[in-house]
Amino acid sequence: MTFDGGTFSPLAGVLAVPAVAAALSAVLPDYRATARLNVLATALTLICAVALLFAKPQPGSYLLVDDLNGTFIALTAFVAFTTSIFSASYIGHELDIGRLTPSSVRFYHAMYQVLMFAMNLALIANNIGLMWVAIELATLTTVMMVGIYRTHEALEAAWKYFILGSVGIALALFGTILIYMAARPVVGEGLQAMVWSVLVTRAGAFDPALLDAAFVFLLLGYGTKVGLAPLHAWLPDAHAEGPTPISAVLSGLLLNVALYALLRFKMLLAANAAALAPGPLMMTLGLLSLVFASFMLYRRRDIKRMFAYSSIEHMGIITFAFGIGGPIANFAGLLHMTMHSLTKSAIFFAVGHVAQVKGTQRIADMGGLTETHPVLGWGLILGVVAIAGLPPLGIFMSEFLVVSSTFAREPLLAVVLVFGILVGVAGLFLRLNSIAFGEPRGPTAKVQASYVPMFSHLALVLVAGVYMPPALVVWFQNVAGLLG
Amino acid sequence: MSGLDFDIAHLLAGSLVLVSLLELYQDRLYSLLNIYALHALVLAASVAWQAFIQDAPHLYVTATLALVFKAIVIPVTLHRIIVRLGIHREIEKVVGVGITMLAGIGLVALAMVVMLRVTQEADPLAREDLAFALAVVLLGLLMMVTRRNAVSQVVGFMSLENGLVLAATGAKGMPLVVEISVAFSVLIAFIVIGIFLFRIRERFDTVDVQALDRFRGERR
Repeated sequence: MTFDGGTFSPLAGVLAVPAVAAALSAVLPDYRATARLNVLATALTLICAVALLFAKPQPGSYLLVDDLNGTFIALTAFVAFTTSIFSASYIGHELDIGRLTPSSVRFYHAMYQVLMFAMNLALIANNIGLMWVAIELATLTTVMMVGIYRTHEALEAAWKYFILGSVGIALALFGTILIYMAARPVVGEGLQAMVWSVLVTRAGAFDPALLDAAFVFLLLGYGTKVGLAPLHAWLPDAHAEGPTPISAVLSGLLLNVALYALLRFKMLLAANAAALAPGPLMMTLGLLSLVFASFMLYRRRDIKRMFAYSSIEHMGIITFAFGIGGPIANFAGLLHMTMHSLTKSAIFFAVGHVAQVKGTQRIADMGGLTETHPVLGWGLILGVVAIAGLPPLGIFMSEFLVVSSTFAREPLLAVVLVFGILVGVAGLFLRLNSIAFGEPRGPTAKVQASYVPMFSHLALVLVAGVYMPPALVVWFQNVAGLLG
Repeated sequence: MSGLDFDIAHLLAGSLVLVSLLELYQDRLYSLLNIYALHALVLAASVAWQAFIQDAPHLYVTATLALVFKAIVIPVTLHRIIVRLGIHREIEKVVGVGITMLAGIGLVALAMVVMLRVTQEADPLAREDLAFALAVVLLGLLMMVTRRNAVSQVVGFMSLENGLVLAATGAKGMPLVVEISVAFSVLIAFIVIGIFLFRIRERFDTVDVQALDRFRGERR
């Protein structure tokens, strides 16, 4: 716990708690206690993150908290907390069957906390250089976690993720340098020319041509980390081969963090009237990801790989919504991002337990789940129903808002959007049918599962779909207004 | 800024592009590593020169890092890894040398056209530096996509990264340059360790690990 001048500082808390917990996990003698420490630390981070929503410290030259990143941090901390509970039971099982050794468990938990630290730092950074360093750190930690099983496939997935992620962050750095070059004549040399809150107020005077070039590099660079279509190749492998809690964190959180970085730069470009409109670029990549990933859902044989493609699809929808812009589409994008994070991590919680019971991730080797494991099976069905966007769950509402605001602005694109979504829905249900119903296949041993994280996420998604509290609506409208 | 300062900076940045092009047509890993060491050496000279003309002593840290870590430690380590793991010493290419070189020349031209057009208002030194840096970055990318061996992909990535350091040092007064170059060195160190682990598994362990997994039914 960190105290700043005698008062509790949530800002320091969201960074210091994971940092201290990472160091503790690395040295703690009892490796089984690291799982409990992980839960405790993410709970403390969650408390700090919620306190941060109300504290609103003054922006400095390195850190900044406003309603936009406050929302992202709270969501990150919440999903990280529930994932740590799921992770404790998942990792316990992996230890029992000997897939992980005590030292790799210790390493895993330390990396989990370093990842939390890096994501919070990336979200909270006011300095675009610092943000870049934080995203690089987050990439490195997830690479190591993807490769933790040390099988040939896991190492190959980690290697692919590593190389593609590195190219992505290299391009993002080039874009960051170009932003600095654009800012230098206006803001002056030195630190101030990399401080986002300074840049956004002075962006009107920047050289528009440099800003355009910078945004293209940033879009390609951070877009690789979001998993947008032509740059997504690392994503399915990384999701399929790593431990399932990491798939949940990757899909639910890290993709959002990269998207957040893109949004910050989009706001920068929007502040300059002469620069190119970033919207159409994001809409194109978003739609491409959606349609491509929807078709890819059909031929998937690995359950985690299938849901990884579903993540690409939904990141496409979210990027598209933010690309359209305006109060309603931004609202829809934020809501969809929140709902997707909650639902997709719930699905991965279910999938993690299913894969542990069945001892495989092959869809062909699992079947009749609702008969053998009713709670798990119906949980998975509920999750897929939610992610497919059926009413009355939350994703239905956000997808409906995205589609209706698109119809109002760009009717032709709305047709493509709806087509992509429908293709995706059909693909998911086709696979779900063989997993959940029919003849039971594969081992039917009882499962030592923690259902609480999964069902609490799904309950939240259901509640959001049926009744959104007015306070939350106002909050999201406010953030959507910030995004312009 | 005097004419000579500018000319030397220009010469060094231009040489970096030239060395990048040299890397493109190497077909032996050892000679590729030697050329990469030269690449890092030119970068170190270029960064040191920028530190001198910008009167920015902190850039000497980046220059020293480039000299010691990239020009000596990394090539020597990779050399030893190649020997110890018995990695194929020939570079497998996806497309032929002629086409790769043509594509490389095209990318250099593209970098010039794009960067010189968008930076018309920037000061001339930074402007040309950025254009050369983008050329080095694009050539690095080209190398990564036209090679199959992990080691030559890594060399491609490292020369791409040299281009980024060139761009960052050319942007006068940019903060965090030293920190970013350190962060990149850490990344590269991880990549090199990664190769080592990856290759070790591929040669000695994989068969066993896979058999074990199949026995347990964990993997496809």
